[in-house]
Amino acid sequence: MSTSPIETNLQVPGTRRPKRGVPEGLWQRCPGCQQTIFRKQAERALGVCPECDYHWYVSARDRIAQVLDEGTFEEWDAGLMPADPLGFVDKSAYAEKLKNEQSRTGLNEAAVVGTGMIRARRVAFGVTDSAFIMGSMGSVVGEKLTRLTERATADRLPLIIISASGGGARMHEGILSLMQMAKVSAALARYDAAGGLFISVLTNPTMGGVAASFASLGDIIFAEPKALIGFAGPRTIQATIRIELPKGFQTSEFLLEHGYIDRIVRRCDLKSEIARSIDYCGKMPR
Amino acid sequence: MPVANHRFGFERPISELEAQVQTLEASPSDDAEAREELRRVKRDLADTKRRVYSNLAPWETVQVARHPERPMTTDYLNLVFDEFVELHGDKFFGDDRAMRTGFAKIDGYKVMVIGHQKGKTTKERIACYHGCAHPEGYRKALAKMKLAAKYQLPVICFIDTPGAYPGIGAEERGQAQVIAQNMFEMSRLPTPIICIVIGEGGSGGALGIGVGDKVAMLEHAYYSVISPEGCAGILWKSSTYAEQAAAALKMTSKHLLGLGVVDDVIEEPLGGAHRDHHQMAARMKMYLVKCLKELVGQKSQTLVDKRYDKFRQMGVFLEAAMAEGTEA
Repeated sequence: MSTSPIETNLQVPGTRRPKRGVPEGLWQRCPGCQQTIFRKQAERALGVCPECDYHWYVSARDRIAQVLDEGTFEEWDAGLMPADPLGFVDKSAYAEKLKNEQSRTGLNEAAVVGTGMIRARRVAFGVTDSAFIMGSMGSVVGEKLTRLTERATADRLPLIIISASGGGARMHEGILSLMQMAKVSAALARYDAAGGLFISVLTNPTMGGVAASFASLGDIIFAEPKALIGFAGPRTIQATIRIELPKGFQTSEFLLEHGYIDRIVRRCDLKSEIARSIDYCGKMPR
Repeated sequence: MPVANHRFGFERPISELEAQVQTLEASPSDDAEAREELRRVKRDLADTKRRVYSNLAPWETVQVARHPERPMTTDYLNLVFDEFVELHGDKFFGDDRAMRTGFAKIDGYKVMVIGHQKGKTTKERIACYHGCAHPEGYRKALAKMKLAAKYQLPVICFIDTPGAYPGIGAEERGQAQVIAQNMFEMSRLPTPIICIVIGEGGSGGALGIGVGDKVAMLEHAYYSVISPEGCAGILWKSSTYAEQAAAALKMTSKHLLGLGVVDDVIEEPLGGAHRDHHQMAARMKMYLVKCLKELVGQKSQTLVDKRYDKFRQMGVFLEAAMAEGTEA
């Protein structure tokens, strides 16, 4: 790498030059507008850029705090841990990758599920975290969401799943990841037959096998503004059709225009909007 | 003199012997020695086919699964079924040529056949995007399956696709949504469903018609969460590592049987299905009739319950004993 004085002044993402006198993490560059934002101000806005309304990444834990009533969350199936059924090795071993992701994120897996209250309404609640191997769905994510759906069916609870899964079905667990799509979808079909209300919330990013299974099966589908949502990745599409993709392709707004989501909901309104929809649909019939 | 005509490196010894057989057969001789020679070469050929095809590397399996002369859905429609009445269109947007659907008869059973079609000629391949279906294809498939269920016709799905089509129109018309919807509805469709991966089982595009009471695959087919090229591009940062990715993904019939994802593997003729369409079709027919005998007549609720349980147990994970509600 060249070390010319001009290049060292360029800001390479992730390798920011430390500034003297400014505490680490006080400011953050917005991925949307590239402006430097006072972090506290964005955090007060639930991780939304005050300048451009870009919805930043939210961890599963923060999402739980944002959407559920304080202290009401009770986690289910926290003991489910990923295995390495294929003995998968690419440039590094999957088993190693799992350990690294677990220590980096503090999560066992890419999904956290359980129950809690939304404005005093009990719900079954699941969320995926895009920081853990792109929020991709392997056996554990599939199993957690399936159990969540089955329990929502048995306990007659509304089901809320917030997706942040750019990775789709997880490659490292091969065909077993693909089968999770069928497994969760089958559980949702039973839940549907029992009269359950499933609200699916799509956030940036929701792609591939996650978009092509539970995330698209909501009775009501919400999306955060400007999220990337789609089946095939934009690079794959570009490589296949070799023409420039239209502006705003595969965004929440694009999906709303084409009729695949019910509402675009800003993060600060998410809790109220979910509660309101639950009230319209009422209790599950017996 | 016939030339050794082989498509893949690993087939070279087979095609060389095939060329020898042709040469010997082209000049028939009463000479006992010549006849003995022909017998010897033929024996050799069979041994070589057996040796090569029982030891295919995962990447070689992918190549065989993509062989352009491999029997496709239309070949099975011609060779296995007594009749095929094509039903076109999704009654919403169009008629996807990458998905063929219609009534068919097999051994006295009336069924609904759904199948990906890759195309035989360049023109046909372009018309059906090399077997990559669009949302209208999946919508059509589901509509015909629902029709079948209404009249208690069993559904037979032939899976043979590199994947659902990645394009602007496909995204605009809800590719993700239709695949999800198909799995959702297939999981509770009140009629028998038999799914067979005949060539390429490419990801969501395959699974979109792949939820059934019986899921089988041909010996040299593959079924995978992603194409080896796609996986290599993402994890190895270059599609030239497709060979390594094919091995890592464990996508061959033997592995899938071991993982409990497919119920049965249908053996191919010696040297692969592309060498003998008729024998392959005969085995296909035998398998389908066996499944139909087993499934037809079962209560639809029993079928649907068993289908649920079958997919319910898929996946491998560890479970630590943990009291309810504690944090990990």
